[in-house]
Formats: sequence, C-alpha cells, structure tokens
Amino acid sequence: MSVPEKQPAAVAEHHGHHEEPFWKKYIFSQDHKVIGLQYGITALFFLMFGFCLMLLMRWQLAFPGKPVPLLGGLASMSRLFIYGALLILAIAAVYLLRGRATGAVRGLAVAVVTLASVFLFVTLVARLLSDANAPGGIILPEFYNQLGAMHGTIMVFLAVVPLLVGAFGNYVLPLQIGAPDMAFPKLNMASYWCYLPGGLVMLMSFFVPGGAANSGWTSYPPLSNIATQGQTWWLFGMVLLITSSLLGSVNFITTVFQLRAKGLSFMRLPFFCWAQLVTSFLLLLAFPPLEAAGILQLADRLLGTSFFMPSGLVVSGQVLDVAGGGSPLLWQHLFWFLAHPEVYVLILPAMGIVAEVIANNTRKPLWGYKAMVYATIFLGFMSFIVWAHHMFLTGMGTSISAFFQTTTMIISVPSVVILTALLISLWGGSIRFNTPMLFALAFLPMFGIGGLTGLPLGLAPSDIHLHDTYYVIGHFHYVVAPGTIFAIFAGIYYWFPKFTGRKMSEALGKLHFWPSLIAINCVFMPMFIQGLAGVSRRLYDGGQQYAHAQEVLHWNAFMSAGAYMLLLAQIPFIFNFFWSMRRGEKVGANPWQATTLEWAAAPSPPVAHGNFPQVPVVVRGPYEYSPPDEDVEFLPQHTPQQA
Amino acid sequence: MTEFLQRWMPVDGSAHGAELDYMTGLLHWLMAVLFVGWALYFLYVLFRFRAGANPKASYTGVKSNFSSYVEVGIVVAEVILLVAFAIPAWARWVTPHDPTDNPLMVRVVGQQFAWNMHYPGPDGVFGPSDPHLVDEATNPIGLDRSGAGARDDVVTINQLHLPVDRPVTLLLSTKDVIHSFSLPTMRVKQDAIPGMEIPVHFKPVMTTPEESRFPACAAAKNCWEIACAQLCGLGHYRMRGFFMVHEEADFDSWMGEQVAAVLAEFPEPEATEVAAPAAEPAAMDEGHGEHDDHASH
Repeated sequence: MSVPEKQPAAVAEHHGHHEEPFWKKYIFSQDHKVIGLQYGITALFFLMFGFCLMLLMRWQLAFPGKPVPLLGGLASMSRLFIYGALLILAIAAVYLLRGRATGAVRGLAVAVVTLASVFLFVTLVARLLSDANAPGGIILPEFYNQLGAMHGTIMVFLAVVPLLVGAFGNYVLPLQIGAPDMAFPKLNMASYWCYLPGGLVMLMSFFVPGGAANSGWTSYPPLSNIATQGQTWWLFGMVLLITSSLLGSVNFITTVFQLRAKGLSFMRLPFFCWAQLVTSFLLLLAFPPLEAAGILQLADRLLGTSFFMPSGLVVSGQVLDVAGGGSPLLWQHLFWFLAHPEVYVLILPAMGIVAEVIANNTRKPLWGYKAMVYATIFLGFMSFIVWAHHMFLTGMGTSISAFFQTTTMIISVPSVVILTALLISLWGGSIRFNTPMLFALAFLPMFGIGGLTGLPLGLAPSDIHLHDTYYVIGHFHYVVAPGTIFAIFAGIYYWFPKFTGRKMSEALGKLHFWPSLIAINCVFMPMFIQGLAGVSRRLYDGGQQYAHAQEVLHWNAFMSAGAYMLLLAQIPFIFNFFWSMRRGEKVGANPWQATTLEWAAAPSPPVAHGNFPQVPVVVRGPYEYSPPDEDVEFLPQHTPQQA
Repeated sequence: MTEFLQRWMPVDGSAHGAELDYMTGLLHWLMAVLFVGWALYFLYVLFRFRAGANPKASYTGVKSNFSSYVEVGIVVAEVILLVAFAIPAWARWVTPHDPTDNPLMVRVVGQQFAWNMHYPGPDGVFGPSDPHLVDEATNPIGLDRSGAGARDDVVTINQLHLPVDRPVTLLLSTKDVIHSFSLPTMRVKQDAIPGMEIPVHFKPVMTTPEESRFPACAAAKNCWEIACAQLCGLGHYRMRGFFMVHEEADFDSWMGEQVAAVLAEFPEPEATEVAAPAAEPAAMDEGHGEHDDHASH
C-alpha cells in the first residue's frame, strides 16, 4: 500500500519531524490514519476472502456434488510456486514502497505486485480445496460446514466491523472531531496488532487437521465442544479479535469525550461520530461476556470442564466422558448477549456513513439530527435486552417470550426513526448522484427490506415456521450486505480523496454500483421464497433431500448466478481502488464541498503528525449546507477562512 | 396476503397453524405497505429534487409532522400485532393440552443424524432409559426393557405416526448435540437441547395424503417430513424423518402391530408381575405438567 507514503514531505518538514523508519511508519505505526488504513486494507482482504468462501458454498448449493471449476488445478500445485510468488511480491513491494522507482521500471514493479497478489490470493482459495476438503474438487459436507462457519465469522469479525470501526472510525473520527490523533495511540496500535494475529489464526485454522471451525459462526456447544481442533483455533482467534475490539472501544470513547476541538459540543458532532461513540459502548459492554464464554469453551475443550456440557450425552454410541452438569443454553445466552448488540455494531456506523454522504450530497442539513442522535443512544440501550429473540425455540414460556418480543418491537422504533429521518432529509435537497451517494441511497431501501423482514422473525409465533430457514439468511444479509457493505462502499468512495488526495473514477464507480445492486438482489431476494417454503439454512445440498424444498430448489442456481455476477461487479471497484491511488483525478482538501472538519480543516491527505495545519475551533453545527441569508453554499464547522 | 405467501409454504395440517400463517400474512401486509409507501416517496424525491431540477437546496426541508404520524402508526400496528396476536398465540402454543383430552404422548430423541420416536405403549408409561444401554444398532435410546413400563414401549427411527384430531405432546430431547425438530407441514419447530426435555403441543387435523406417506412418497419427493433445522454436524442436511397422520383406527391398528411385535421380541419375564398402571399417564406429569418460563428440567 502506497497511500500514506504520499504524505507531502514539505508538510512533515514544516512540522519539524524527521523521517521515521519504514517499520515505524507503516508497520508498528501509532498514527490513527496509518492504523485506519492498515485496518482497511486487511479488512478488505478478509471481505474478499469471506466472499470467496460464499462463492464456494454457492457452487455446492447450485450444483451439489459437481467439482468446483477452474480452481481444481491450483489446489495441487507445488508449494515452490507459492514461495516464489511470495518472494517476488515482497521484493517488488519493498522496492515500490521505498518510493525511488520511476517510469517503466516502476510500471513493471506494479505489474509484478499485481500479478503476484492475484496469483497468491487465488491460490489461497484454491488450496482450501485440498483432498481432505474437496477430493476431485467436490466439496464434502465437513468442508461445507467449515465454509459456512468461517464465512460468517470472517465477514462479521474480520471484515465488516474492522472496516466500519477499525478503518473508518480510526481514520475519520479523530479528523471529524478536530483531534490530532486518538487519545491512546499505543493502544490503537495494540488493537490492530491483536486484530491481525486474530485474523491469521482464523486463516491458518483452515490448514490444521480437520480444517477450520465447522459449527456455525454461532459455535453452539455441545457440537462445538466435540468438534475438530479448528474450533480451538477459532476460540483463540476470537479471544484476540475481542481483545482488539475492546482496546479500540476504550480508545474511541476516551477520544470522543476528551479530544473534541474547542467549540465542538456533543450536539455539534457529525452523526458519524455519534454512531461510532454508541458503537464503542456496545463493543465495550457486549464483548466481555463472549470473551468469557470463549474462554469457558476453551476450558471445556482443553481442560475437561463442563460449563456447556450436561451429563449423559451419547455421541456415536459412546457415552461422553465429561463431568457434566453444564448447560448448552448458557453459551447461547452469552453468545447472543454479544451478538445482538453486534448487529447494531454492524449497522450504526453504516448509518453514520450514509448520513454523512446524504447530508453532503443533498446540500442541506440532516433532517431530525437530534432525533437521530437520541434514537441512536436509545437503540444502544435497547440492543442489550433483545438478545433472546434469537432463542424463541429453545423452550421459552409465555412471559419471557412476551418480554423479548416487546423489546424487539420497541427497538424497531428507533431504527424506523433513523431511517425515516434519512429519507426525509432528501426532501428539498439538491441531490448530486455521485458514486458515494448512489451507494448511500441504495442503502436505504435495502436496509429497509432487511429491517422489515425482521418483523416476522422478531415475533415468536410467526418465527416458528421461519426460524432457521433461508428467510433468516435473507433477512440479515439484506441488513449487512446491500445494507452495511453498500454503506462501506459509499464511505470508501466518499473518503478516498481524503486518504489519497485523489478521487476514484466516477465511471468505474457507476459500473461497480449498478451491476452490484442488481446482482446482490438476485442473491438474496429468492431466499425469502425458500424460507417461506421451510428450507432450512446450513444444508450441505441446499435442500435436495427434502420434499418441501423441491418447488423452490431451482432458485439455488439463480442465486448462485447472482453471486458470480456480484463477483464480476467487484472487478471495476478493485481496479478503480488501486488505479486511482496514483492515477485518479487530483483533488484539493475539500472536493465534495463538505462542512465537517475532516474535509474543511485538513488537507488531503491530512498532515502526517497532528492532522490539521491549524487547530480548528468549531463555531457551528455539522451540516450547514445552503444556509439561508448567506451568500455561500456551505459553511464549514470551524471558523471560516473563506467560504 | 396469507394465501399469496402460502403459494410457497407447505400445506398446513395442524390446528394451530392457520393462526400462525394468518399472522405471518398480516405482518407481510404491514411490511408491504411500509415498503411500497417509502419506495414511492423515495423515487419521487430522487426525481423531483435532483440537482438539475433543484439547484438550490432548502435549508429547512420538510416542516410537516407527517413522518411522526407514520411512526406513531407503525407503533400502533406493532402494539396490535404484539398484544392481540403474538403474545396470546405464543401462550396458546406453549400451553399443555388438557389431560382430559387424552393427549398422545411421544418422546422424541434426536441424535446425529436421526430422530428416535418412543411411544409408551398400551400402559401409557415410558420405560426408563440409560445412556449406558445405548446400542446404535438395536437400542438407540438406551431403553431399559426391564424397567417399569418399558416392555410394551415402541421405538421407531425416523418415523412418526400420529392419529388425526387427537392432541399430541412430544417430549423432545437429544442424545448428543442440539437439533431442531421441524414439521413444516404441521407448523411445528422446536429445538432439542441436551440436558432438557421440552414439551411440544399441537394437534394434527388433517391426515397425510396417501401419496405423501412413507415409503410410497419417497420416489415422488412429496413426503410429509421431519426436518432438522439446527446445524448438528456433517450429516445435518440428511437428518430427515417422515411423519404420517392417520385416521384414529388406522393409527390404533398400526400401534397394535408394533406393540405385538415388541411383546413377542421381549417376552414377559417369568413370575415377575409388572403392575401395569392405568392407561392415563399419571407418571408423566414432569413432562407436561406445570411449565415454567424456561422449560428446563
């Protein structure tokens, strides 16, 4: 990654800092911007990897028992090629990062890095199709279950949350509040350096005997307790990832409370900052129970305890030799006590991004900003008391289910308030349909579908038939994929000029947006039909065995075709992303004519140490677009030097 | 709307299912109205307020309180759904059958990757089982045939036979990991959790059509099935059973054959008289009696 390298040297000198050594500047950096980019690049890699796991699953679902095409040959390729490619990649990358290459040599080095990276990535995916997992390229049930568990784990914990919080939060939040950095830079570095090993542990677990975890991303014991050793790796990985999130959340909270610029009262915070702040509280309070649960499950697996194991279990005809007396439901409670707030961790920062982009591209203030802030805080509180709506079918009586159904209906209200405010914000705007805005706009109906389809799942009686069917898969993917991930794309296109000083191509952006929007709906919409038919999730053959699935089975091939279209639709994005780093249109500090500090008060990219050439003093709210009685089109938050 | 959704849903042969389907229909009405309303507004606004048509944005935007009315409307709809439908329907779903209705009791024991059905036999008493007696080939639930009331117990694998129009209480448990017992054509789904025995109450009101009965149905793939809805291991996808709802007389004759077969297989031990309790299953209160909020035992 050559992004931060392009820091204007003059600015660094201007601040009197000497050039830091490479490892300190890019590897063990304490600068929130570099850490944000580290998070972003790593998480985008995992996003692509998790996406590929899904593509393998969708192959098996559409064509059960047929060998996976194209990748088969690479699976058995000699390791020498991999080591060779790694070596070449390393040499070329270091050569490029030193920044002395020019002209044709540089072009060659870029080409080598690109080819080697693509080769290594495809090889990594192909090597999953080993003889133990997919003899002759035919995916085995054991492997399918690994793919399912790891797709969920990677997408949630290694891709989406790190992108929203680790990348956007880290990079943008200090800039938006006018801070020179996060409150605890070393903690910030430690957070990334827990996250990366956590991710590597998860990746490596695919290559241990028995493969990766295969008990679902939910890892319900006893299944997970008796699973192969990949589950132990999963638990170690989770402990690292949770630790990383906890370190990050402490830092975010402190930063927002302590480091806001002068004049930046809470009600002047950009909505994105509010979303990040509430998210940090959710992470801080919800993750420890899961970390504890993970350690208890490790103890069950490694130390012979029985926290989650009752007595008298018989597996494969053998009575299990465990102390017993534990409760599998305890895990579910601890897991969902995290995992429901986690849903809002996945959605609040996404709403924050969408709010920024919408305000900027409607050229008017957000409508109902205060209501949105209060709704966000309320949502945060409520998210801690809805968790058992994931557990209606665990033997729940009337009063407990009434409680959780009621809280679930209550929590839908602030979501509706935020969504409504964003929709109403469009009214009266002067809407610019640039790429970030297209993704932000698409978020609204897509998230709407995701939210609305949560209703029949959140009420226990209608949940009976739909529980654990594809209806659930459709529901939460609408929230997270065309919802949150579209918001992430909006954020990437929106803040890319801030990261690099260059804009991404609009034409390629639109070529990315429209096919993605169509393809992703082809993937997820039919899931509601399959769910209504009663097709269970997590079936290796997509329901071929079942009579009740027969009428809707033909959708499997359709959805898989959608998934492959979605892959193709990402090519313009990947190309655009790398190409624009050096070739994109050069822009000034504030190409979107934005009001918030990261645009209005800092250069693009911001000053390497301290972000701002002058410490900004805030004098007004975050979205003073089209102010009445002013002859300027927008008023930045800090003292206006010029309009 | 319910009929529209039922185009994709399996037939429903249960007494309680119509209510659940109706509620699902109502919810989809609410979803459809909200989505269509929002979408129309959304498209209109995108068109009307595009920068080309509206070069200068309005600082204040919407001044009316219309959105508050919409939000209040949503809250009211949700309260009605919750209070009038969801909570009472769930209360009915978990309420045990009246013992005077003579509910049929069946223990269902999940395992990787099959469903074992345990009928108490004519004496109405489930014999005891012991994990140490489990033999996957001959005695999958570890039934102790020498225990009280066990001799006439009938155990089937992956086949659940029920009489029509008689309340059924399944006592659901599992030998190994979590499973979820699902009867799509009966709108029944319940997790089976190790260490717990969870009662499931319903009443079939429709007999399984001839062509949907096992084994005749297998070729045409139109069986009434038992599905496992919770990931339980690598054979989860094929953890499939069959269930058949018979006329009462047919069920009785099927049960009679099964009982005769087990009694022949396990002849009465000499001189030990096992006092057969009355047909009413008094000993089973722990299974379907008072039922607290988390039906763990």
